[in-house]
Amino acid sequence: MTRLLELLVNGVSLGLLYALITLGFVIVFKATRTVNFAHASFLLLGVYVVASTQPRIGFAAAALLGLAVAGALGLATERLLTSRIEMHNHHAMAIATIGLNVVLTAELTRRLEERVLPLGAPWDGHVVDIGPLTLPLTVVITVVAVPLLIGGLTALLTLTGWGLAMRASIADAEGAALVGIRLRRVSATAWVMAGLLATTAGIGLASFPSPGVSVSLEAVAITAFPAAIIGGFDSLGGAIAGGLIVGVVQVMVSGHQDSLDFLGLGVGDVVAYLVMIIVLLWRPSGLFGSKEFSRV
Amino acid sequence: MSDDTIAPPRSTAAEAPPPSGAPATAPSSARSRRVLGAAAMVAALAVPLVLPFYVDAFWLRIGLFAMAAAVGALGLTILFGAAGQLSLGHAFFVAVGTYGYGFLAGDDHGQVKGLGLPPLLAAVLAILFAGLCGLLFSPVASRLRGIYLGIASLGLVFLGHHLLLNLPAVTGGYDGRSVEPFALGGFTFSDVSDRLVLGIPFGAVESLWYLFLAVTVVATLVARNVLRGRPGRAFRLMRDSEVGAAAMGVRVQRAKAGAFVLSSMYAGTAGVLTALAFQRAVPDYFDLQLSIDFLAMIILGGLGSTSGALVGATFVIALPIVLSRYADVLPLVVAPGQEGIQASFAATFVYGVLVVIVMLTQPGGLRAMVHSLRDRRSTAH
Repeated sequence: MTRLLELLVNGVSLGLLYALITLGFVIVFKATRTVNFAHASFLLLGVYVVASTQPRIGFAAAALLGLAVAGALGLATERLLTSRIEMHNHHAMAIATIGLNVVLTAELTRRLEERVLPLGAPWDGHVVDIGPLTLPLTVVITVVAVPLLIGGLTALLTLTGWGLAMRASIADAEGAALVGIRLRRVSATAWVMAGLLATTAGIGLASFPSPGVSVSLEAVAITAFPAAIIGGFDSLGGAIAGGLIVGVVQVMVSGHQDSLDFLGLGVGDVVAYLVMIIVLLWRPSGLFGSKEFSRV
Repeated sequence: MSDDTIAPPRSTAAEAPPPSGAPATAPSSARSRRVLGAAAMVAALAVPLVLPFYVDAFWLRIGLFAMAAAVGALGLTILFGAAGQLSLGHAFFVAVGTYGYGFLAGDDHGQVKGLGLPPLLAAVLAILFAGLCGLLFSPVASRLRGIYLGIASLGLVFLGHHLLLNLPAVTGGYDGRSVEPFALGGFTFSDVSDRLVLGIPFGAVESLWYLFLAVTVVATLVARNVLRGRPGRAFRLMRDSEVGAAAMGVRVQRAKAGAFVLSSMYAGTAGVLTALAFQRAVPDYFDLQLSIDFLAMIILGGLGSTSGALVGATFVIALPIVLSRYADVLPLVVAPGQEGIQASFAATFVYGVLVVIVMLTQPGGLRAMVHSLRDRRSTAH
């Protein structure tokens, strides 16, 4: 029972981190209709900057630098890449991000090679006992901080003028432009947020009990794609739900590997895709996605 | 979302008949161009036929991999270029073809099983099996549109890799399995000692060259017919407007499933060829990178065009191998193990950047670039 509870908390923590990655991905999709295939390498770049600079400038400064670099990368992607492709040509935008991902991943793989860089976060290596549960400090911080972060984001989107502009242009880009909302500013903000959220999640994913920053982190970040599909791709609530579902299922399955041997070793790593296909068979537009309709 | 596609290459001036009142030089230049075109066609067909007698095995082997990749790229260009359905699961179907052939044609080697069927039968069954896998995925594939399918089909690569590692009796697990050489009516496509043709040792690479060439030509002709015929038109209409296609009597879901199954069979064929070229199948080859390679091939070559798929496949396959061969003489690029940019990374950078540039400047790919150059030249005359 204790073990099940531990797994559940760990799963929720992982799921919240996935939710952050997925949120950034979905925000960009909603604001610009671009599927950002480079999202996973945004994450890897952000945490790579953190891990490679922290021995010299300390973790806090390194984390800020990593966030800044990933945010700047998001902005550069929007300014130099996707906004220069003909509007409405969403395929071309998505493929340009695939090209970007190829380049970024190659460069990061070349720099990291087989190494695992420690993140050096102050909460690394600490374990806390809460009642009968023994949990890594990272998990506790994640479970507390990420919901606050998501809450703050929601407040920004619902209470501020900026959030209103954002939601208006997501709902109806042309209408929003007509009433004077600057669409380019909205889409730039979305891309910067994607970089920031990805790096934040990456810091969580690379913290204890994970050994640190390595190339394999990108495969972990790609799990945001099935999470986005499960949640419904164009729903922020769905992104959070999708992330949580994937995180909990993954940890549960990995935790019960010995009784799930018939599914093969390492099934935890691929179970997200299995869930995604099952969800797609049942609901082609995901759990919370808006159904496609066509007006003739 | 109806215009949610990459603009197809527009029909070019070269295809339009010359205006009736054109100056006298126009018909003759059109004729000379036609003669040139015919000569290029003949050369394109003749050169590969005699190539094994003139170049060494290094280049022939690149050719084998390029042809194997080209067949896979043809399938993807039908699916994405014509039907507008992005698939990042192509590597999965290639793996099905490779391991399908390996399992059906192979014999038992210890833990690794095989059925020992005749190679031709095994190859055909492997391709059909890849098509069947595509059909099994079509409940998902036929209900999703464009980019969404791209993400959903990502799952196939990861699930497929998981299966490859966990079905050791069929796949040989992490170490992979060896592949039986192809044979046809007593002729084996392998390194038989002292087989000479016109004074040239005629081993596995030389004989496979002709087999691959035949398969590639057939695959290209089939793809071209599909793209130019009724199904191709239905695919393109569906890509540009699903509602429009449905109104014209195209059954959209069935057309999507059809395109997906066809492209899976192409990928399966590419898998069989890959198995024969490598003579071994290892699971780590069939990862997401392979799917992205296929996508890069058709993007660089020009979406929806068969010649573009062939050119793009040759480019993407040959680039890293050629770069590493000439690492000593090229600036910046170094051989593995030295300080600097390794050839494989250099090739990846080049094609990644090219994909971005093509998307920014010329979504029609190399093919459209060639066409626009030709148009500019012909208008300049």
